[in-house]
Amino acid sequence: MLRLEKRATPSRAWQVATPFVAVILTMIAGGILFAVLGKNPFEAIRTIFWDPLFNAQFASYSRPQLLVKAGPLILIAIGLSLGFRAGIWNIGAEGQYIMGAIAGAAAGLAFYPGDHWWIFPIMVLAGALGGWAWAMIPAILKTRFNTNEILVSLLLVYVAEQLLASVALGALRDPEGGGFPGSRNLSQWPASANLELLAGTGMHWGVVAAFIAVIFAYILLQRHILGFQIRLTGQSPRAARFAGVNPNRLVLVCMGLSGALAGLAGLFEVAGPAGKLSIDFNTGYGFTAIIVAFLGRLHPVGILLAGLLMALTYIGGELAQFMLGLPSAAIQAFQGMLLFFLLAVDILTNFRLRFGRPALATKET
Amino acid sequence: MCEALLTIEGLTKAYPGVVANADVSFQIGVGEIHALLGENGAGKSTLVKMIYGLVRPDQGRMLLHGSAYAPHEPRAARAAGVAMVFQHFSLFEALNVAENVALGMENPPRQRELAARIRQVSQAYGLPLDPERLVGDLSAGERQRVEIIRCLLQEPKLLIMDEPTSVLTPQEVAILFQTLRKLAAEGTAILYISHKLEEIRVLCDAATILRRGRVVATCTPREKSARELAELMVGAVLMAPERSGLRLGAVALEVVGLSARSPNPFGTALKDISFSVRRGEILGIAGVAGNGQDELLLALSGEICGAKEAVKIDGVGFGDLGPNHRRRAGLVTAPEERLGHAAAPDMSLTENALLSGAVRQGLVRRGFIDWVATRAFAERIVEAFDVRTPGIGVAARALSGGNLQKFVIGREVLQAPSVLVVNQPTWGVDAAAAAAIRQALIDRAATGAAIVVISQDLDELLEITDRFAALNGGRLSPPRPTEGLSVEEIGLLMGGAHGMEAGHVAA
Repeated sequence: MLRLEKRATPSRAWQVATPFVAVILTMIAGGILFAVLGKNPFEAIRTIFWDPLFNAQFASYSRPQLLVKAGPLILIAIGLSLGFRAGIWNIGAEGQYIMGAIAGAAAGLAFYPGDHWWIFPIMVLAGALGGWAWAMIPAILKTRFNTNEILVSLLLVYVAEQLLASVALGALRDPEGGGFPGSRNLSQWPASANLELLAGTGMHWGVVAAFIAVIFAYILLQRHILGFQIRLTGQSPRAARFAGVNPNRLVLVCMGLSGALAGLAGLFEVAGPAGKLSIDFNTGYGFTAIIVAFLGRLHPVGILLAGLLMALTYIGGELAQFMLGLPSAAIQAFQGMLLFFLLAVDILTNFRLRFGRPALATKET
Repeated sequence: MCEALLTIEGLTKAYPGVVANADVSFQIGVGEIHALLGENGAGKSTLVKMIYGLVRPDQGRMLLHGSAYAPHEPRAARAAGVAMVFQHFSLFEALNVAENVALGMENPPRQRELAARIRQVSQAYGLPLDPERLVGDLSAGERQRVEIIRCLLQEPKLLIMDEPTSVLTPQEVAILFQTLRKLAAEGTAILYISHKLEEIRVLCDAATILRRGRVVATCTPREKSARELAELMVGAVLMAPERSGLRLGAVALEVVGLSARSPNPFGTALKDISFSVRRGEILGIAGVAGNGQDELLLALSGEICGAKEAVKIDGVGFGDLGPNHRRRAGLVTAPEERLGHAAAPDMSLTENALLSGAVRQGLVRRGFIDWVATRAFAERIVEAFDVRTPGIGVAARALSGGNLQKFVIGREVLQAPSVLVVNQPTWGVDAAAAAAIRQALIDRAATGAAIVVISQDLDELLEITDRFAALNGGRLSPPRPTEGLSVEEIGLLMGGAHGMEAGHVAA
């Protein structure tokens, strides 16, 4: 008989090992899924995880894509992880991402067709503010009226999507676009373009920002009192109050930070890889970043690695769709499995698996 | 006792790393009130859980009325006539008494019938209780009656009571003892678990004393002094805390007309509390659990804020400011709940040292944590307060209750506060650690701090405090000098029997 026994202290080894175990289990379960769909599972797994990086034919295109896709995921996930650590559940990063893109693009386009060095920095600032403001809505509602930030932030995603459609068709529509929806192309306007900084790497300002965010979050959590307060609040809210943490202030700070980072990611995306605001320029990074945050154990370095891995499944997934005809839903299910297995295996950090006689009782209290 | 009801022979139970019970044998006679005496961690709970079918022994056997008794679950124990009243009540506050009783029964009768039976039993045993009342409105003593009546409805042969008096005033204890004596006279055996020696001497016919999982003595408690019993229990000669001459200084903490609502829906609001404590003085605040102790600590620590002038530290109003402002001004606190309030369970001792020590120890500079200094502070606590731990890197939850409590108290005392407020400083702590904690409080007072000890342990308060007040329903009685107070007077300060009458016990 199988049973779980609570560990005295959380196992550090398992904390590190669970993401790897989860990836392996996902490969196995995904392989079964692909086999049932009539594909060769080994080929499918190889196409997703190996070919984008090392296949001579695809790597030259796919490799730079790795950073292009990982950048926004990491940037958003870092912000989310701070809130998640404090037990503040911002599920609406996708909406903040869209609002950051709209605000940033609008701020830039206000100066079109100027040619000033300060236009891009202003767009960056506006992008961060846009995401921040959108995240403040659930934050203020939570601190004032004790609403549930999960629901409010999630539902605001759909509001943001409607706003995006509205500006893409109306206020920000390209006047020279022949009536097609979508804004002017920001990546083709030198003052606003978020260009590749090193040719052939996919490195753009968003990736730089992501790396800075990783370092910033690492220092915050390890060395700064705010990071300590975040961790303390997540683990033990009453102890946090005893330590003098103001829970409302923490909600505002965490939601604000995660919103601003998501907004930044949106701006860098719309000024770079996406190029312009269109009805559907957003590709679900805000939601995928939730998986990235947990896959990375809410740890900055873990998130960096998890973002790269998740980017790989995106690129590999596209490749598998293209090469093997795997349906895109199967790829999404595959990514979902990763979170599922991660959360399932996670229990082993706090519990030990025991085989044999059934549990009699817990330790004397 | 002529006839043995329950015979326990060689019960042994081991957990990984600890032997909870080793070869425990004793007998309980029909109609006997038998005390099970021991410190925290002596193995009382495990033993009782085995009798009640919650834990299965590794070795040994039990006989009930001469036939083999090996309950594999509490239901089997109840069917055999064994009932238990737990220390922590399992009652739903939003349901009424009868509904709560019905939830604990295998085949509950209809509500009206049940209510009638509850009335009947409660009358018969002098435990008046209205089946229609909401449990959330009952005092702790009345809640205990619900648990007792729930057991009595099963007509048990053996009633196990785990630390039943920890939530009662002296008057309520007297009522309970009358009930227990009547039950015993009717032939119900009672296994009475406690570490309160005077109670055991008054109530019990026999006592089995456990230390580190073994039976170290069986005696008739009336024939022993409380001191002898204590030394049997602890296995060492106990030192009473030492108090040198009292030197009172200026008023360090002044509370004026403090009122506050409880953060919990069934909590107790504080009503117009006023007192002051001078440097060098220890003020004791007694009261039955749930009469506003937690709320008072929160209001003093700054976790509940209110009017500025309601809480004054050295004459300056801090009532509207949070915990860290008050710490900076010299007021530190140690809440009752160690895990989850005073300390974060999954964080290391180092991180827990930072939790409340950051401000006064200067562990944070311009927002950045000085981990070297924090570790040094944690080491200092561990060393000065003899906290038994493999290191300061282990999680707080890995420490035993007594060790963690020493850490928590040490963390606050070492910050050299001018005002120290502690709630239940020795709750669930073994006698040696409790003595060390009390001595630390006394020593801190001697160096010129004002100390407030909120406690439900009257003996503790009588031992270390200079003045004494009691919380009752969120109100504080005017403080009186501790010296010369009788237990009777204290009981009245604590609210007497909380509106409970002794009933008419026929025995």
